[in-house]
Amino acid sequence: MPDTHFYRYDEYDRRLVAERVEQFRDQVRRRLAGELTEEQFKPLRLTNGLYLQLHAYMLRIAIPYGTLSSRQLRKLAEISRKYDRGYGHFTTRQNLQLHWIKLEQAPDAIAALAEVDMHSIQTSGNCVRNTTADHFAGAAADEIEDPRVWCEIVRQWSTLHPEFSFLPRKFKIAITGSPNDRAAVRVHDIGLRLWRNNDGEAGFEVIVGGGLGRTPMIGKTLREFLPKDELLAYLEATLRVYNRYGRRDNLFKARIKILVHEIGAEKMRKEVEAEYESMKDSALKLSLETIEAIAQQFAPPPLRPKLERVPEVEALKLEDRNFALWLKSNVAPHRVPGHAIVTASLKPAGAPPGDCSAAQMEGVADIADAYSFSEIRVSHEQNLVLPHVALEDLPAVWRALGRLGFAEANVGKITDIIACPGLDYCALANARSIPVAQRISNHFAAIARQHDIGDLKIKISGCINACGHHHVGHIGILGVDKNGVELYQISLGGDVDFGRTALGTILGPAVPADKVVESVDALVATYLEARTDGERFVDTYRRIGVQPFKDRVYAAL
Amino acid sequence: MPLYRERSSTPVANDGVVPVPLADWLRQRNGSAVSLANTDDADGLQPHVAGLTLITLHFPKFSDGRAYSQARILRERLGYRGELRAVGNVLQDQLPFLLRCGFDSFESEQKGFGEALIKARTLFSVVYQPTKDGRPTASQLRLTGRVMLAAAE
Repeated sequence: MPDTHFYRYDEYDRRLVAERVEQFRDQVRRRLAGELTEEQFKPLRLTNGLYLQLHAYMLRIAIPYGTLSSRQLRKLAEISRKYDRGYGHFTTRQNLQLHWIKLEQAPDAIAALAEVDMHSIQTSGNCVRNTTADHFAGAAADEIEDPRVWCEIVRQWSTLHPEFSFLPRKFKIAITGSPNDRAAVRVHDIGLRLWRNNDGEAGFEVIVGGGLGRTPMIGKTLREFLPKDELLAYLEATLRVYNRYGRRDNLFKARIKILVHEIGAEKMRKEVEAEYESMKDSALKLSLETIEAIAQQFAPPPLRPKLERVPEVEALKLEDRNFALWLKSNVAPHRVPGHAIVTASLKPAGAPPGDCSAAQMEGVADIADAYSFSEIRVSHEQNLVLPHVALEDLPAVWRALGRLGFAEANVGKITDIIACPGLDYCALANARSIPVAQRISNHFAAIARQHDIGDLKIKISGCINACGHHHVGHIGILGVDKNGVELYQISLGGDVDFGRTALGTILGPAVPADKVVESVDALVATYLEARTDGERFVDTYRRIGVQPFKDRVYAAL
Repeated sequence: MPLYRERSSTPVANDGVVPVPLADWLRQRNGSAVSLANTDDADGLQPHVAGLTLITLHFPKFSDGRAYSQARILRERLGYRGELRAVGNVLQDQLPFLLRCGFDSFESEQKGFGEALIKARTLFSVVYQPTKDGRPTASQLRLTGRVMLAAAE
């Protein structure tokens, strides 16, 4: 196995996951034998990531902090071929979903995951879900500390937590270690932001009660600065308050954001701090050795600084416009000079956002082996990331990704759309998401035009549960059902950037499916006419307000 | 309702003690057995736990997990040492969690519950969270392992 630069399971982790597989095998056996009712089985399968959807079971596989080795990605390809239809769907929680699983094969699929130290534990159900992180963690130029160390500590603490496995509702934690938040920490049940105080000491800002869904809310800061070794005590205190007082009478009011909203941030803080007082000097306090032992496993790969100007790259830039544009949109600065972070766009024109075939997974694994220390990241924007690429390898990486269809120079652009699976798969959805994304993607396919339009995030959800994060899209699109007709409600001005986090404003009446592209076109035209130099779509919107956009869209209908 | 105690695969005789609901008990202090609704504040028993022999915690639905927090507060914060019984909708798949939170007796109608109880403690040989069940966590074992390695060197 190639040496990895992130957490490796030891015998304890491996044993627990193996025992979990056997427990689940027995639960499936009891279900198939009729010893468990569907009502009794449901929470058990859900905490193993198995959903019953419109056509089949769906298995949601956890990709902790979005980090994968090439070996793990190859195994995911193999599992998707053997137990599914040869492809998978990367999600906004950095997970992978397989949508055509058979119940009787699910234990074998999960056992296959365990072979590469992976699992699907707690990817669903009313428990602490997979903790997400900045997808550039450990590589980003602007990073204070690698947040994945803390994600792993949280992963272990939250796995089969005896007190918090039957919470009022699901619970999502995200951690960022950069001032530029790429993990959307203000719209999570708990968001943690590492920052350095005046004494140069790093700690967490603890943000509680954010979330999207049908009642979107921006989280409140309960603690400005929490010493790192007290993280688990503070999390346990927060979860206990939520477990005790979170509403259980109404599914739609059960998230922690409603509790924080109803009792107020001040009271919430008092309750949490009171619990925390009784816990902070307990065994939950993290020892320096424990933190160090995990941190060591995230030691960065041995990159030596290299020249920032590579002749071959400069030449190809002049020669090939697509490469030049790709460098601009899909390549981000690395903290080691002469290196870069490359985003493989899973959004070629007309493709369902986040979909990836088994062959493409293997292709990306090969590229990672050759050029990125065998490491791959999944971004919450449903792309894959090669975190450690030398600048001199960029032409080769670009060509190799191009052969897979993943070199579209559209990262952060109008066709880099986030979309949930929608009514094509999901039992909760009111409307389809993927075909809408595909139509927009085809309409704006011309890359040069996309770069002219600039940074613009479109996010599409097929129902108010908001898996497509539509509330925080610069343009948000929400599918609704009106008497059996699919309509789409458009909102403007959402944002997840730190310090600018905002929820979108609804533009006006929902539009029919065949008018969504025209409406987006009208929004873009309004922006292009009104923008000043260097102004992004969302900046123009903030300056001129919703009215000009609204007038144009509804005049065109 | 069949009653199970730890390490018994068959139901044990219920000794017939009827626990008194918390509010009544706090008024009258009659007997040493109290029953809590899962909305009751377990901390309210703070001055009294030493004299209690049985506390029952209620699961109105197995998916309602409030009693797990009550159990840990009683065992870990208040130091309650008497019997802690799970009542209501108690199913075998909750057992690994119940045991870790400090429950030691269980009312359940589920078939096979007794056999599951015997296996539940060893279903997972690894735990990550420190509770007062006495089991060392993975990170404690890792530290001991490292100390032993260092000593051997």
